[in-house]
Amino acid sequence: MSLIINGVAVAPPADPRVSLLDHLRETLHLTGTKKGCNQGACGACTVLADGERILSCLALAVQYDGRSITTIEGVGQAGALHPLQQAFIDHDGFQCGYCTPGQICSALGMMMEAKRGLPSNVTSDLTAAVTLDRAEVQERMSGNLCRCGAHNGIIDAIRLSVEAAA
Amino acid sequence: MSIIDSAKQTAQGLVMGALQKLVPLAPDSWIPGGVPDPLIARKHGLIGTPVSRLDGPLKVSGGAAFSAEYRFENMAYAALAYATIARGRVTAIDSAAAEAAPGVVLVMTHRNAPRMKTPAMFGTSGSAVGPDTVPILQDDKVHWNGQPIACVLAETQEQADHAASLLRFTYAELPAVTALAAAKAKGVEQGLFMGQPLRNEIGDAEAALAAAPHKVDRRYTTPRHNHNPIEPHAATLAWIDGVLVIHDASQMVAQQAQTMAEVFGLKADKVRLTSPYVGGGFGSKGLWEHQVIAAAAAKLAGRPVRIALSREGVYRVVGGRTLTEQRVAIGAAADGRFTALIHTGLSVMTPHNAMPEPFILGTRSAYAVPNIALNVDVARMQTLANTFMRAPGEAVGTFALESAIDELAGELNIDPVELRIRNEPDKDPTSGLPFSSRHIVTAWRQGAERFGWRDRPETATRREGEWRIGMGCATGTYPYYRMPGAKARLTLTRDGDAVRASVEVAAAEMGMGTGTTTAIVAAERLGLPLDRVEVGYGDSAIPGAIMAGGSQQTAAIGAAVIAAHNALTAKLLKLAGNDSPLAGLSAKEVGSDSGGLASLDDPAQRESYASILKRAGRDSIEVTEAGSPPLEFMHWSMHSHSALFCEVGVNDVTGEVRVRRFLGSFDCGRILNPRTAASQFRGGIVMGLGMALMEETQFDERSGRIMNPSLAEYHVPVHLDVPEIDVIWTDIPDPHTPMGAHGIGEIGITGVAAAVANAVHNATGRRIRDLPITLDKLL
Ligand code: FES
Ligand code: FES
Repeated sequence: MSLIINGVAVAPPADPRVSLLDHLRETLHLTGTKKGCNQGACGACTVLADGERILSCLALAVQYDGRSITTIEGVGQAGALHPLQQAFIDHDGFQCGYCTPGQICSALGMMMEAKRGLPSNVTSDLTAAVTLDRAEVQERMSGNLCRCGAHNGIIDAIRLSVEAAA
Repeated sequence: MSIIDSAKQTAQGLVMGALQKLVPLAPDSWIPGGVPDPLIARKHGLIGTPVSRLDGPLKVSGGAAFSAEYRFENMAYAALAYATIARGRVTAIDSAAAEAAPGVVLVMTHRNAPRMKTPAMFGTSGSAVGPDTVPILQDDKVHWNGQPIACVLAETQEQADHAASLLRFTYAELPAVTALAAAKAKGVEQGLFMGQPLRNEIGDAEAALAAAPHKVDRRYTTPRHNHNPIEPHAATLAWIDGVLVIHDASQMVAQQAQTMAEVFGLKADKVRLTSPYVGGGFGSKGLWEHQVIAAAAAKLAGRPVRIALSREGVYRVVGGRTLTEQRVAIGAAADGRFTALIHTGLSVMTPHNAMPEPFILGTRSAYAVPNIALNVDVARMQTLANTFMRAPGEAVGTFALESAIDELAGELNIDPVELRIRNEPDKDPTSGLPFSSRHIVTAWRQGAERFGWRDRPETATRREGEWRIGMGCATGTYPYYRMPGAKARLTLTRDGDAVRASVEVAAAEMGMGTGTTTAIVAAERLGLPLDRVEVGYGDSAIPGAIMAGGSQQTAAIGAAVIAAHNALTAKLLKLAGNDSPLAGLSAKEVGSDSGGLASLDDPAQRESYASILKRAGRDSIEVTEAGSPPLEFMHWSMHSHSALFCEVGVNDVTGEVRVRRFLGSFDCGRILNPRTAASQFRGGIVMGLGMALMEETQFDERSGRIMNPSLAEYHVPVHLDVPEIDVIWTDIPDPHTPMGAHGIGEIGITGVAAAVANAVHNATGRRIRDLPITLDKLL
């Protein structure tokens, strides 16, 4: 059994109670993924599982056997940042930075959801291709809390990256 | 509060009182800020250009290590058990199952915890930062529902959490005051803040109100709030060779280390506390019971410990903002000029702390009124100690005051912006001091123009489908403070023909941008490029004590760096000696410029830092200096201001309020880094929107327990709640502060709830005086 974390195969925990989040942080020392609530309410622990965003605090590590997990460390490192990470810096999309890895992973997952045509609560035309306008991005990112109030910068950074990628 | 604490508070009050009598009378030049900081005149440097956060790349890539992300060899994990009664004694503890559970290292309760001193309560001395006067695991007494009564250490967090759930406690309950009505029935006391009564009386406000031709007299209420930084409170600590090493999340690094040393009877240098990154604080990231318990458990078990509070744990251990009930009454003449202003009411604290919510602070300096009566009474309830949360006092006080002004504007049929401007004071109405810098009228005019205030509809007249649309405005205010104790260490190190500088301050960075701003200011002051300056902070080993609180950190650092820079200049001149082009000049005659010192009269007469060091055969030079005594805010009335504009839509069917547009127009001295400043303003406004529309710590009056200790049930604004927030500023320097700047961490939240409530009234004709403005109140 193994989990693939940022391309590297690692053993799952022996204790089946261990969440994917705690496995990342406490066993693998990948502390870029944050714990804000440990109960699915804040989004700080968001990672990508085979490209889909999940809350790693609500995932048991053993459930992800054979799955490929991307954490913020796998998105880009200082010196070789992903364009979205750079956009967060340019638009001051954070203050304390604690919600930031979750926001970035969540945004990457969201962009892929939109590409697959998944509608949201504010999508008016369910048959058309999804356009990530401001309201769509706000709605789709609302599971990621930011207490520093960096919302404007976060949405600007994501929208700019969406436009650049289009 | 014990008698000793009361006595200490009174003594502190007396000293403050004496200073406050003398300092206003002193000539300006005797007071720090009497001679403007030379940086104020420098217009084309780094100050005022937008600079991205220097720690940005680390934060966006997950490389910044927070307190729960440090590790020690052989570290054990802690879990706490919390009392389920509000007051009484623990009479029996069944810990057999917990002790036998897999991986358990230790179960610690009051029966086996090491003897420790109770942390000295905040305000009882310069370094005291304890939350209350409750001994920590030293006896069987329970003081609030949720108090930690046991700690389990285990090899993993899962094992610790499980074992803690197996602990069983038997209690002997005592009667507890957990209902507000019962607390009030027991009687109220005069509220004190920093040892001084929260009370002002000028003229006869009640008589003037009775005689006024126009008036409002209303009651406003605000609930309890929690800070809810997304990083839960945590510490990773170890006893290493008699030194307690703590990686903490702290906005008061040096003070917390000092208080911990006292708790364990250690010399101050036997506690080392680091806190380079803090995942949000807003007043909450200080010393609470969990760090003391973890250090005690580590000592008892002989193992390093990680204590990471669960989100519920944060609500049980870390206090929030307390509730208020406020009366605001304003009397006015027909032309709108105020004749009476009454702002009084009640705040709640506990029998074991001393922090009323000082909601009249902002009112003291707000408007020109001949008759003023301000007062805060306090009732006590058996709860977790409340504490300061972003703009304690002003955040909720401005809701009441600025709502009442809007109500009065309606009575008088005067535009609320004009009404405020008409009552603009020319000196501080309660202290009589001159203002150091007050350009609020400019902020109002610029804001109104940009927001399109002239298009404000008549009350309850504008609709778009099922949405009623309205606009509201309010003033925000927060004082300029500077606390004593700040030091700065400046080091210049030779690097070939240039130098590198390091600036170290015992400050805290919770995302305000302090690290970046300090680098900008130091680079400008030293005449060096930004990339040649490194800033150290968040470490108790750095000299001095600075607190990220009261929006004073920027000023405290600024003044300390000024002092250190002056000392550095003197030391460099001495080193330069008679062979230097600078020979014969005194420290007062030279300034820093382009990597060296230059004569102020003739900038061509100069020598570079590197050349001075080289000739003296030195690799580096270091100075540590304390900032000037902070007397300026007793000599001038010093405040930041904002003019806030809000547009809301209120759904006619559901009562839902949506904020459609928001503009903050700020008068906060000179802005040092527009990029991070804008985020500070916006962040405060977002928290204000939460306070206006959704935030409430729900408290069970029967049990004294917080009922919504989670981010699922305590609602904070999410992306969809936050519109594009426009922020502008006057950028007029305050001539009496370092760099001409004011701290801006708290001003943003003030006034916001009133601006929203006033917009809701404009949209619907409904006046909501009880926060938060939830839909049920509008249906
Ligand atoms: S930590 Fe997973 S959602 Fe909050
Ligand atoms: S940046 Fe601090 S919580 Fe989002």
